[in-house]
Amino acid sequence: MEKYDINHLRELEAESIFVMREVASQFERPGLLFSGGKDSIVMFHLARKAFWPAKVPFPLLHIDTGHNFQETLDFRDELAEKYGVQCIVKYVQDSIDQGKVAEETGVTASRNALQTVTLLDAIEDLKLDVALGGGRRDEEKARAKERFFSHRDEFGQWDPKNQRPELWNLFNGKKKMGEHFRVFPISNWTEMDVWQYIYMEEIEIPNLYFTHKRKVFNRDGVWLFKAPFMQLKENEELVEKDVRCRTIGDITCTGLTLSKADTLEDIINEVAATRTTERGGRADDKRSEAAMEDRKKEGYF
Amino acid sequence: MSEFQEHQAGYLNMELLRFTTAGSVDDGKSTLIGRLLYDSKAIFEDQMEAIEQASINKGEEHVNLALLTDGLRAEREQGITIDVAYRYFATPKRKFIIADTPGHVQYTRNMVTGASTANAALILIDARKGVIEQTLRHSFIASLLQIPHVIVCINKMDLVEYSEDVFEKIRKDYEQSISDKLNVKDTRFVPISALNGDNVVDRSENMSWYDGPTLLYLLEHLHITNDRDFSDVRIPVQYVIRPQKKEYHDYRGYAGRVAGGVVRPGQKVTVLPSGLTSSIKAVDQMGNENMDAAFPPQSVTVRLEDEIDISRGDMIVADENQPSVSQDITFKFCWLSETPLVPGGKYSLKHTSKDVRCIIKSIDYKIDINTLEKNHEDKSVGLNEIGQMTIRTTQPLVFDAYDKNRITGSLLLVDEGTNNTVCAGMIVD
Repeated sequence: MEKYDINHLRELEAESIFVMREVASQFERPGLLFSGGKDSIVMFHLARKAFWPAKVPFPLLHIDTGHNFQETLDFRDELAEKYGVQCIVKYVQDSIDQGKVAEETGVTASRNALQTVTLLDAIEDLKLDVALGGGRRDEEKARAKERFFSHRDEFGQWDPKNQRPELWNLFNGKKKMGEHFRVFPISNWTEMDVWQYIYMEEIEIPNLYFTHKRKVFNRDGVWLFKAPFMQLKENEELVEKDVRCRTIGDITCTGLTLSKADTLEDIINEVAATRTTERGGRADDKRSEAAMEDRKKEGYF
Repeated sequence: MSEFQEHQAGYLNMELLRFTTAGSVDDGKSTLIGRLLYDSKAIFEDQMEAIEQASINKGEEHVNLALLTDGLRAEREQGITIDVAYRYFATPKRKFIIADTPGHVQYTRNMVTGASTANAALILIDARKGVIEQTLRHSFIASLLQIPHVIVCINKMDLVEYSEDVFEKIRKDYEQSISDKLNVKDTRFVPISALNGDNVVDRSENMSWYDGPTLLYLLEHLHITNDRDFSDVRIPVQYVIRPQKKEYHDYRGYAGRVAGGVVRPGQKVTVLPSGLTSSIKAVDQMGNENMDAAFPPQSVTVRLEDEIDISRGDMIVADENQPSVSQDITFKFCWLSETPLVPGGKYSLKHTSKDVRCIIKSIDYKIDINTLEKNHEDKSVGLNEIGQMTIRTTQPLVFDAYDKNRITGSLLLVDEGTNNTVCAGMIVD
């Protein structure tokens, strides 16, 4: 390497830090959407780097479906405690109790889609003018078209056909009253970049990402954890397997990977060798070819 | 080092290359991207299954790789790419970001957007058709946006019997009719067949007369570090960091991304536009306090020896080779909005970390991007039009010519009513 070469992870990091500093400068009340998954953990790490030695100048916001892995919630609380950052939690259960959304029924019921309503209410209640998200363009094809600075109208909706052109490093966060932005600082990262960065920076992540024994069942080719509120179909049975999470989301739609990877090195090797996409295990994306686009238009993450 | 670390050391030291592709389905652009992604294993099984199924549903003969990049429902329905799509793949040498844009003239703004951050441009020529109008258009956009490297892929060589004569004729034609007219630093030519994979990833056995590199080899080895400006220090201040903590009580740092030059402790600097001077006390990153040096494109925080008034929008520069400071700015433009320019109108302007307002003084000329002819008479400016204009700003900008620095030389105009980004500008001296 020559003297002023920079590797791809450092270049991506520099870009993400630049975007976070733009957010802190252009907006009055940002919030960082935090799920306890690896992407949001990396986002928080980048935010610490962007504003060090000052504290991160915005709170974390977690939309809790009530169907999360307990390990994720514990991890979230420990992280907030350790770094002295405010973590605001809003509950999908509250939106259900208020009659704003109706719980899905049947064996494939999931609260994943309901989160949108809770999220939009939270943004309004907290008067946030921007929500930082850990979405990446390599995750899903509708996301591949999303801007770093993504404008939302007063209903929180995304209009994919009418997005602002985004050139160079010039980000236009201008908006009218009642509108807000979603900003995605790690847009250009891939799953592999995230894992390599976690390894390079020695970032702590929940144990769910490493192999462990768990009672699981197979539904449409995807291994799922059986939480107490979930029902098995007739032909489904619980078996104990060595599994780990490749992504962490709502339990009802987070597919588990059969894996014995118990170190970051193992995980990186597994990601390098794997032949299916990260969201291949996400039941929420399988609902239709445009499932993500439709959810995003309504105001999803 | 363990075996893993040795293996990963390679991965961790990859460089990032951003390139743009412009073209329509007919040029074989999607096939070429599909080939690069597929041969570098960036297409996953579930993605492949999904597009195979979609192709069958549409009654198509071959697997339509364009379905991979057309992410929006409207795009799939109309069978066209409307927007810029970003695709990612990596080889052990480099990580690549492709800005894939449609090629037709009505999508000029998308091509300009994709080109703005690219290190390299891929221009596709159908070997049967040779240099055509859109070849000039795509090359012109690459030159306008100052993409340092252009790779001309002469595609469909399988349909001209892999003829060296055809390749050489097109190369000469391109050099005479395009290279001579445009300002591109580095132009390469590769004969390929995207469909069969000739000279894309693997060398072609059908073209033994060609002794140059394959397309992927070129992408992996283009020398890009020196495309950045390491000579003249430019740090646009983004954000001022003042921790309210005991241990950093007196800390006052100026956060920004180095846009040019190599900045070191002890260096004499000037803050523009105020003209106040000081010197660099330290360059910091979390976990990396007191760095020896920082350079583009790093995001850092600098501290100065003197307490002077600095805020967002100011620029920290070295004492020699200072940028221009002026309220009268002339720039080449591409109009990005369906709403035409209002002559004499007022717009918001974004330049580095500075926001000002401006008034349009004059439209100097427009360029017909199919012929490169200048038009000094027609002053109307609408969607996708390219030309040169002069404005006056409410406060001075601190800038370089775009040809010298793509970061300090670029700007955007924003409509004050709708807040839409309406114009991209590349500052002329």
